[in-house]
Amino acid sequence: MSKKLTIALAGNPNSGKTTIFNNLTGARQHVGNYPGVTVEKKEGILKYKDYEINVVDLPGTYSLTAYSLDEIVARNFVIEEKPDVIIDIIDTFNLERNLYLATQFMELGVRLILAFNMHDLAEKHGLNIDRDKLSELLGTPIIFTVATKKKGMIELLDEIIKLAERKTKLEKTAIDYGEEIQEELTKLEDILSKDNNLIQKYPSRWLAVKVLENDSEVIKRITESSYSDDILGQVEKSSHHLENVFGDTPEAIIADRRYGFISGACSESVKKTYEMRHTISDKIDKVLINRILGLPIFLGLMWLVFQFTFKLSEPLMGWVEITQEWLGNLFGSMLPEGSAIQSLVIDGIIGGVGAVLIFVPIIFLLFLAMAVLEDSGYMARAAFIMDKLMHKIGLHGRSFIPILLGFGCNLPAIMATRTIEDRKDRFVTILVNPFISCGARLPVYALFIGAFFSQKVAGNVLFSLYLLGIMIAIIMAKIFRRFLFKGPAAPFVMELPPYRIPTIRGLFIHMWERGRVYLKKAGTIIFAGCVLVWFLSNFPWSPTYSKDYDTLLKQAQGNEERIVQLENKKAFEKMEKSFAGSLGRTIAPVFKPLGLDNWKLSVGLFGGFIAKEIVVGTLGTLHSVGEADEESQSLRRALQKEKRPDGSKMYSPLVAYALMVFVLLYIPCVATIAVIKRETNSWRWPIFTAFYTTAVAWIVAFIVYQGGKLLGLGI
Amino acid sequence: MKGQILPLTMVISGSEVTLISIVGGRGLRARLTDMGLNKGMKLKVLHSHRPGPCIILVGNTRLVLGYGMAQKILVKEI
Repeated sequence: MSKKLTIALAGNPNSGKTTIFNNLTGARQHVGNYPGVTVEKKEGILKYKDYEINVVDLPGTYSLTAYSLDEIVARNFVIEEKPDVIIDIIDTFNLERNLYLATQFMELGVRLILAFNMHDLAEKHGLNIDRDKLSELLGTPIIFTVATKKKGMIELLDEIIKLAERKTKLEKTAIDYGEEIQEELTKLEDILSKDNNLIQKYPSRWLAVKVLENDSEVIKRITESSYSDDILGQVEKSSHHLENVFGDTPEAIIADRRYGFISGACSESVKKTYEMRHTISDKIDKVLINRILGLPIFLGLMWLVFQFTFKLSEPLMGWVEITQEWLGNLFGSMLPEGSAIQSLVIDGIIGGVGAVLIFVPIIFLLFLAMAVLEDSGYMARAAFIMDKLMHKIGLHGRSFIPILLGFGCNLPAIMATRTIEDRKDRFVTILVNPFISCGARLPVYALFIGAFFSQKVAGNVLFSLYLLGIMIAIIMAKIFRRFLFKGPAAPFVMELPPYRIPTIRGLFIHMWERGRVYLKKAGTIIFAGCVLVWFLSNFPWSPTYSKDYDTLLKQAQGNEERIVQLENKKAFEKMEKSFAGSLGRTIAPVFKPLGLDNWKLSVGLFGGFIAKEIVVGTLGTLHSVGEADEESQSLRRALQKEKRPDGSKMYSPLVAYALMVFVLLYIPCVATIAVIKRETNSWRWPIFTAFYTTAVAWIVAFIVYQGGKLLGLGI
Repeated sequence: MKGQILPLTMVISGSEVTLISIVGGRGLRARLTDMGLNKGMKLKVLHSHRPGPCIILVGNTRLVLGYGMAQKILVKEI
């Protein structure tokens, strides 16, 4: 029987934490969420000597305050799950700031190991660390590692086991806060110790420091204590006293003392033989974030990302479609022709799986490209370049890339919002993303622009739709920022990591992580949605037809044209009498003020919930032209001839435009909804998105149609 | 301008300054402290894109600070 251990990896962002995690656990990783929050939890198992070690990758943080969700999650995990050992990964280049997080783990009284990562580079750049000395001063074991070269991993594992078996002989050191603060801390500790429940769960010293720091989570916890009056009274007294003595808030003084402790320890054990500078990164930055060149280079790189993703995924998507068709034919020949079970297997199940898989090439390639930008350090520069512009919308530079990606596909775009740290910014970016016109909407535009607009204005009409989407997204972002996600813009501070050459292994792990999340979580919802729409448009299975098509078809043997005509008519009638058809008839009046009161259109729009381009195919069936795509001339002619009940023409350029506006803005496809569910970790936001986007679509299409009618445009 | 206390946004690219204080709410101060900014530290302004964000060098870390944030950081030119 192997003994079990749980260890947690902590550290600043960009410290190499992920690489160490990958080194330790390899491919045996599991991604989930911390209970109740959207923060991702990565775990992996490794076997070493006679131990089975469960490695938990804590969110990358700079501190353990209560100001950010990531930090609360990290520290709650440490306090509640009590991992056997915590490894704090330190970027040796930024020793002092990285040790700041370490001091907070020390206060928590946990068994801690410091992994000084990128040690080789730091040494090469003239940083000389007396490990034993520093280790003694900090009271924690230190291991030198080079994650990218897998150096120091065995030493790290040995140290973990030594520490877990309590064989490490190191005196824990406490940070000296100075006499004044020390006195207040002791007073607080005495009062806090009265509450046994509290003391059993949290180290008293840590609690005392945290209440002095005015930590909102800890204060909340203390108000539940039966001694809360005593404790909070003392907190107030102590804070007041310290503010009088030092002329600053206790938390500022405490932070100052921590830095003091760190620089004290470092001055005794770390020697800088010469001044370090990332000269290479600086040189690259001179070009990449140049005032004039920065923006064109960024746009150029984005163009490359798009080309790479969409050009390369096109043939792959073709293969998915071919495979789908081949499977459809295979099963079609095995199952009874024209039966419900055949339709379920081909259109429902294989179609549903196909709808999931069709996005796989795009998602994997896009995230591969994103991983290159992220791992090389460029992503942070992109955020810097776009910040000025995005600030005007009330968002940060980080939001720009997800919005841009939306033009390709909203799905990976929404998944890419993970790089946005601030929750409010992230949610606003997710909620407005569906307005960015994705590639799947293009077939609908192509069909209607081709049918109702001259070649000369076609380009402008198309461009105006894209522009409208952007404008609506900006307006909604402003509205959400104002009402739904109130509060001042989150302070924008971000580290610019030095440029690094990404490792192939790292890139593939990042790509696989995202891709797997999509397949597992979103895939099931997309599949279920497809089967549901299949059911609604195919049942009741055998409606009473107006004509006896079976006999007519038999009579028409040999007359190909007649057979096609009859089959199209039959398909039309079947859909007309399906649940989707009746639904279409029921909701059609809702679209009357938009000039879109046509039941065929309503059914088409309903189908668009699966994927926007399905609107075209559904309209094809309903106009009895059989299978149609956006270039289908027969469908265009049928649309041009379509009449209203009063005999007037159904579509004018204005009506067509109102329709395209509606398609642009209304409920995002089921895949997008599924991803919003996954990324916000609740059903609340996808449902909200479905309704508000449809409402916005209705209002804007209404304005377009009624406004156009008043002005006499395009009637 | 030497020795004068001014907000970080007023400093031109390339200058080295000492951090005097951070004016602003507790959250803002805590965040900056966590990221390695503390009173008395020496910073170098690498880029300043008024009225956009700026980039500073603290120790070996490059930080991007939004304009609003940089305004709240008071520094003294060395």
